Amino acid sequence: MALSLEDIQRIAHLARIEITAAEAVEVQRKLDGIFELINEMRAVDTTGIVPMSHAQEMTLPLRRDRVTETDHHALYQSLAPAVHDGLYLVPKVIE
Amino acid sequence: MRLHASLSELSRALAERNASSVELTETALARIDALNPNINAFLTVERERALESARAADRRIAAGNGGPLTGIPVAHKDVLMTAGVKTTCGSRMLANFVAPYSAFVVERLADAGMVLVGKTNMDEFAMGSSNENSYFGPVRNPWNTDCVPGGSSGGSAAAVAARIVPAATGTDTGGSIRQPAALSGVCGLKPTYGLCSRYGLVAFASSLDHPGPFGQTAADCALMLNAMAGHDARDSTSVAREPEDYTRALSEARGAKPLSGVKIGLPREYFGEGIDAEVASAVDAAVAEFRSLGATTVEVELPAVKHSVPVYYVIAPAEASSNLSRFDGVRYGHRAAQYDDLADMYKKTRAEGFGAEVKRRILVGTYVLSHGYYDAYYLKAQQVRRLIADDFARAFERCDVVLGPTAPSAAFKLGAKVDDPVEMYLNDIFTVAANLTGTPALSIPCGFTRAGLPIGLHLQAHHFDEARLLDVAHRYQQATDWHTRAPEMAR
Repeated sequence: MALSLEDIQRIAHLARIEITAAEAVEVQRKLDGIFELINEMRAVDTTGIVPMSHAQEMTLPLRRDRVTETDHHALYQSLAPAVHDGLYLVPKVIE
Repeated sequence: MRLHASLSELSRALAERNASSVELTETALARIDALNPNINAFLTVERERALESARAADRRIAAGNGGPLTGIPVAHKDVLMTAGVKTTCGSRMLANFVAPYSAFVVERLADAGMVLVGKTNMDEFAMGSSNENSYFGPVRNPWNTDCVPGGSSGGSAAAVAARIVPAATGTDTGGSIRQPAALSGVCGLKPTYGLCSRYGLVAFASSLDHPGPFGQTAADCALMLNAMAGHDARDSTSVAREPEDYTRALSEARGAKPLSGVKIGLPREYFGEGIDAEVASAVDAAVAEFRSLGATTVEVELPAVKHSVPVYYVIAPAEASSNLSRFDGVRYGHRAAQYDDLADMYKKTRAEGFGAEVKRRILVGTYVLSHGYYDAYYLKAQQVRRLIADDFARAFERCDVVLGPTAPSAAFKLGAKVDDPVEMYLNDIFTVAANLTGTPALSIPCGFTRAGLPIGLHLQAHHFDEARLLDVAHRYQQATDWHTRAPEMAR
């Protein structure tokens, strides 16, 4: 399976990463090599094998629905590129 | 006092007042000043904070409240959040990010009284096997500065190898502690999944990420693990179990055959093609040494292990593509200066903030999770992951420890593999299975190439069998001196 340049741009859009036309050619070459490696795995017979999503067979723990954290918003927002009145600023999305 | 001594020797010197924490810390800081321009192992040096912690440690020791790690300098990989300190993950995305809280393992080692001297360089977001993917430039191998130190925890491995700090932390998602430990000639342990909390470890692949220690010896890794292990409700995969003393077996007197009764499994898959001849002969010599220490060896089969690297390069990028979606220029980190709208801001921010390898892995992960491909790639990889885990479960019915090389070759030259991601990925061929299965594994030095580069031996055990794994490595180190050799710059 070889990825087309259109495939590369479609994946890049899904991943929200801008890729120039020149970069796409280089990315395509390297991804083709990576998928050649990955595709080796697809020939393995896995009929009836239960997927293993995790290294430990464990059920996720539950905790009581109680407040455990204090308010850190001032500290956390001090790390943001743009804030205003306690809100994160982003470009306008609704006209 | 020089920082070539083991943690227990340093601890004894501190307790007996033959050294102070301030002296040890000043030594570490002076060594950073002298050596970091050559090896680029440190991204941040916390001089004032370190000396302040050292003075507090000295007071604690004087008051009789010191523990085995109190007052000893340490360095943390820059993927571990450290409150009030820059935590960059080796990325432009977080080049100016100051962590608002500390990782569990960072807190634990601070509580134990260790003195943080700085944060170490790494492959961007822990993705790489050579430390050449750092936005802040590559780390160089202290044994030969034309060579890579391994990755992704290359800065921590190099800092311990150069005897700048006696111990450091790292993280291991596919070999990122063990492979740099091997290439830099130090010891590195990846504990069982769930033993050390991932809280505050900036996530790469959550089902595969593990924090762990680097040290000069297996015994030092055991002391570090004592402090780093433990249950933490803030990591839902952290395992609640009784605390253990991982050093408990190390001092037992057992005579000339200390490993009598220990069965070492030798997978034929780890002794075949594709391994450098000097690495293979060093590993063979280590097997002979284990036999002379009383261990028996048994051949085991891991037929599915050959699929580990392909499986890993589906699962890890898939999880990474999800985890790294948080870097969008809104809440923290880099934001592009110019953009048209929100979507464009995301795209430009991520295009500028991430390096080439991180982007490649996000793209691979996005593709294998996308509509129509999920079953063929992600689900398939999880099924083959099960086959690999089943192989190890069968092998551990017949042996206590599985042995092999850590990496197929010793350290390679900077630039040698940067243009071929697949060749770079194959460095992880012997290490990734322990991440897929969650079993503990460590790398210890077992020899040198004719060119003077260290060779690593890989030992892997059952889940939660760290005490035995470390004991087996410790007994080998009692009988050999590979781990005591230091590079020229550290002599």
